[in-house]
Amino acid sequence: MTDTTLVDTIICAASEAWRNDGEALATGIGIVPRLAASLAKLTCNPNIMMTDSEAWMVAEPVPIGPRGDYVMRRESHMGFGRIFDNVWGGKRHAMVGPTQMDRYGQANISMIGADYRKPKVQMLGVRGFPGNSFNHANSFFIPNHSTKVFVEGEVDMVASVGYNPARLARGWRFDDIDIRLVITNLCVMDFGGPDRQVQLRSLHPGVTVEQVQQATGFPVHVPAAVPGTPAPTAEQLALLARLDPHGLRAGIFGA
Amino acid sequence: MNKLIGAGDVVAQLRDGMTIGIGGWGPRRKPMALVREILRSPLKDLTIVAYGGADVGMLCAAGKIRKLVFAFVSLDFIPLEPYFRAARQSGALEVMEIDEGLLLLGLRAAAMRVPYIPTRVGLGTDVIKYNPDIRLVDSPYDERQWLAMPALPLDAALLHVDRADARGVCQVKGPDLYMDDAFARAAASTYVSCDELVEPQFFEQGEEARYVFWERAETTGVVHLPCGAHPSSCAPLYGFDVKHFKEYVAGAKEPGGWAQYYERYIACGETEYLQRVGGEAVVKKLPLPVF
Repeated sequence: MTDTTLVDTIICAASEAWRNDGEALATGIGIVPRLAASLAKLTCNPNIMMTDSEAWMVAEPVPIGPRGDYVMRRESHMGFGRIFDNVWGGKRHAMVGPTQMDRYGQANISMIGADYRKPKVQMLGVRGFPGNSFNHANSFFIPNHSTKVFVEGEVDMVASVGYNPARLARGWRFDDIDIRLVITNLCVMDFGGPDRQVQLRSLHPGVTVEQVQQATGFPVHVPAAVPGTPAPTAEQLALLARLDPHGLRAGIFGA
Repeated sequence: MNKLIGAGDVVAQLRDGMTIGIGGWGPRRKPMALVREILRSPLKDLTIVAYGGADVGMLCAAGKIRKLVFAFVSLDFIPLEPYFRAARQSGALEVMEIDEGLLLLGLRAAAMRVPYIPTRVGLGTDVIKYNPDIRLVDSPYDERQWLAMPALPLDAALLHVDRADARGVCQVKGPDLYMDDAFARAAASTYVSCDELVEPQFFEQGEEARYVFWERAETTGVVHLPCGAHPSSCAPLYGFDVKHFKEYVAGAKEPGGWAQYYERYIACGETEYLQRVGGEAVVKKLPLPVF
């Protein structure tokens, strides 16, 4: 399978994340999540809301990269301050790309290392992860499924909450946290296993269960039947060509 | 009423150890000329509160920051800010790392003169673990625990806007205000640099007054600094300077890179700075970013 075919398969699988979200704001951070949200709006859920990734809500997804004479179909203003209003109200489903994730679904984009005061590698900071994870649905895209990302213990800095009983504040329940899909370069997973354990939903073409388990630092629940991730349809591929006119998605694995 | 002052006058009002908020977001509408004025001054031991970009990076590089209150520091199209990163990895930087929304709530609490705002944001995360000063509280109305985001009062806020008048009426025409109004209201003193200085009558025309987001009573001083946000953007007047940021980031990889940047772009003063980055006409043609 070429990288191009793989990335298209991943985007189409990821677009399914928003199918049952009604009018939620669909936010995809990064090329693959943004294309997935855009594709969802044009296929499985036209009701979701989207922004231009800057300051406007738009009626149709904006193509990525230089736009030529494309004119945005603005729907409302949506500056960063208003994004927080939306987040705190809960009508959003974001898909983001953390650097680490653990068995509880806790995720990290802040820093790597054992000593918080002196990180081995400083990254962005927690950004909006704490607020996102305790307010609305979240899915994740991991382009390099490995034990470096899916770590054995807890992530080095818990930026986004997961289903960790030790960290649940008094009076809150796991139902207040909503982790949906985890899409990687190997498979699609969710937290629908026994006791919210991570489980395999589908395997990308040519990938085995053993491969996924070896690349994951904690046990993955494997249901009796694990389907293959569906191949993109001709309609989906045509839409992706329109949403990504410069073919930027082909380079996401570093090719 | 005349609040017009120079950049040097602003820095003269600041003291070592103050808590200073900086408006804008990442590489966007940062009061960079005012930041450069701080870099040229002996000010030190600052607590900086910001949605950080090169403003935070440069202040880190110059050793001006004792403590940083932040949710991220990033140039966006270059995700990792090199001097912030180096400061963190050296272990020298004291930090209060919080969620983007918590930062806003802290500013709002200060602006409303309440000690904290309850929220669910941050519950269950290491934001609580590494900020023992952030407390969880019981609610008088339900059985849940809530995070009590403490007020973040600022001694001073530094902002950059499209245009302002001498009374301190400030206008932001760009598509995003970011959290600048919250910074202005959370601060004891707010100093605003503007690209264009206008007469009060300007705001009487058409819809111009609709793009004023805080009252002039929140503005302490106005500094006329054309291109004062460069190398960050001031949409719709100019985009951010990708080439300049790349040079800044590349320099961070070289020994003595910051000293060279400082010598070339900071020490020379603001008039010469603008010449060295191509002049006002060139900056005003920098394209707006496309995402």
